[in-house]
Amino acid sequence: MTIEEIYSVLKEKFGDSIGELVTNQPVDPYINVLPDKLFEICLELRDNPELDFDYLMCLSGVDFPETLQVVYHLYSMKKKHKIVLKVTVPKDNPKVPSVEKIWRSADWHEREAYDLFGIIFEGHHNLVRILLPYDWEGHPLRKDYKEPETYHGMRVPY
Amino acid sequence: MTTTRFIDIDFSKIESDRMRLNVGPQHPSTHGVLRLEVELDGEVVTNVIPHIGYLHRCFEKISENMNYQQVIPYVDRMDYISSMNNELAYVMAVEKLMDIKVPEKVEYIRVIMSELNRIANHQIAVATFGLDAGAFTPFLYLFRDREYILWIFEKASGGRLLFNYFWVGGLANDVYPTFKEDVLNIVKQVRKTNKEIEDLLIYNKIFIDRTANVGVLPADVAINYGCSGPVLRGSGVQFDLRKNEPYSIYDRFDFEIPIGKGEVGTVGDCWDRNIVRMREMEQSCRIIELAIAQMPNEGDVQAAIPKKIRPPKGEIYFRAENPKGELGFYIISDGKDKPYRVKGRAPSFVNLSVLPEISRGYLFADLIVILGSIDIVLGEVDR
Repeated sequence: MTIEEIYSVLKEKFGDSIGELVTNQPVDPYINVLPDKLFEICLELRDNPELDFDYLMCLSGVDFPETLQVVYHLYSMKKKHKIVLKVTVPKDNPKVPSVEKIWRSADWHEREAYDLFGIIFEGHHNLVRILLPYDWEGHPLRKDYKEPETYHGMRVPY
Repeated sequence: MTTTRFIDIDFSKIESDRMRLNVGPQHPSTHGVLRLEVELDGEVVTNVIPHIGYLHRCFEKISENMNYQQVIPYVDRMDYISSMNNELAYVMAVEKLMDIKVPEKVEYIRVIMSELNRIANHQIAVATFGLDAGAFTPFLYLFRDREYILWIFEKASGGRLLFNYFWVGGLANDVYPTFKEDVLNIVKQVRKTNKEIEDLLIYNKIFIDRTANVGVLPADVAINYGCSGPVLRGSGVQFDLRKNEPYSIYDRFDFEIPIGKGEVGTVGDCWDRNIVRMREMEQSCRIIELAIAQMPNEGDVQAAIPKKIRPPKGEIYFRAENPKGELGFYIISDGKDKPYRVKGRAPSFVNLSVLPEISRGYLFADLIVILGSIDIVLGEVDR
């Protein structure tokens, strides 16, 4: 299926939760999605036999000046098509439903996005830091991040 | 051939306390600084909790403060065993974003180098896997052969592990005059040793007993966990990005995708993952021979690209088949000379997350074998 066909299937089922389809990029067109029905949309994407997205290639957080974004790269092993979903959330309340129960590969990816961007994935069974120490403060991949002076008595900047 | 495994005993009838055991972070069989928190019931593993991040070097944060060219050395240090493949994925992502076409000769040299590096990586994987299962001699043979491959890399790029050889738009420099003969000699040597390894290790009765029917990963679980590379193919899924989504010039070569068939045990066990790596080495040899035969002798190794690399505003997710699986780079460009965001989707990171799932219910000694069969590099897991 082409991305336009996938978009129309989703639009028909979920209506206003699906934002616009952006194709004016040099590469990789994407679909904007509202966070409120993300779990149901992802479940539909996996379980609808026409769409059959069984493989989550990549889940990345992105920090924009005003908002935080989560980008889902999906692929179908059988149908060989792919799409990109984008969810945008405000910085003061960065909550996104977890898709960990749909694709288990999202488990560690979501923990990483939480660790480095501070995006809260609601419904994740174990949302703790993964790459940084468990007691680290702050989310380093945010553009306005300032590293702490000391960590357990050790000087951090050098 | 039926063997009674200890696993067949009904452990619920045996009274034993649960124990929490800490493996690592500095343990030889964890292949680096990985810490495993293992929950044991007697000697049976009931749960594994991997703790990672000991080698976190802020690759993504550093990339945001570097030029596109300056990121390449950092990409080398992700999976430091197969640096050429990492470079290929990153460089091709930037080239695709900028719509650059590189000369024919460059494409061939890149493919040959990547396949040589794939062989070197699989040699380490098989060698250390044998070591985990208790076989020491194949380790020496394979590391000797890997050394010959590293000599080629050293002659061409100056580095043994970290090359900085593929640049955006071409290569750092041309290969040396006797490159083709050297590579063909290596291919001969690799085939000879692989034959030996098959006799010595792969079809060895003790090795089969240690690895067959251990750590079985069904195909649907592997896909759901996002596994890729030999881990996915070992479960019988015929998926290889070089074939399914050909990049560079891989569509010009005729090669097969080896998959696990459960020859000595169940489909998707540790032995299957290992045999996929052995057979992939043979396929890589085939690709190298074809590429050497077709490679043009004359030609430039740098495309005409602007001195300052400024991709247009936009983004790309490019994935390539690394020896360990699917390496993806998600690059967002805001039109400046530094990337706005670089995300590395590391195959080892995703493959390691399946470890708790496939090691439950096996013995503790099997856990080490299962970990070895996934073939992780902690530099890539932690980035």
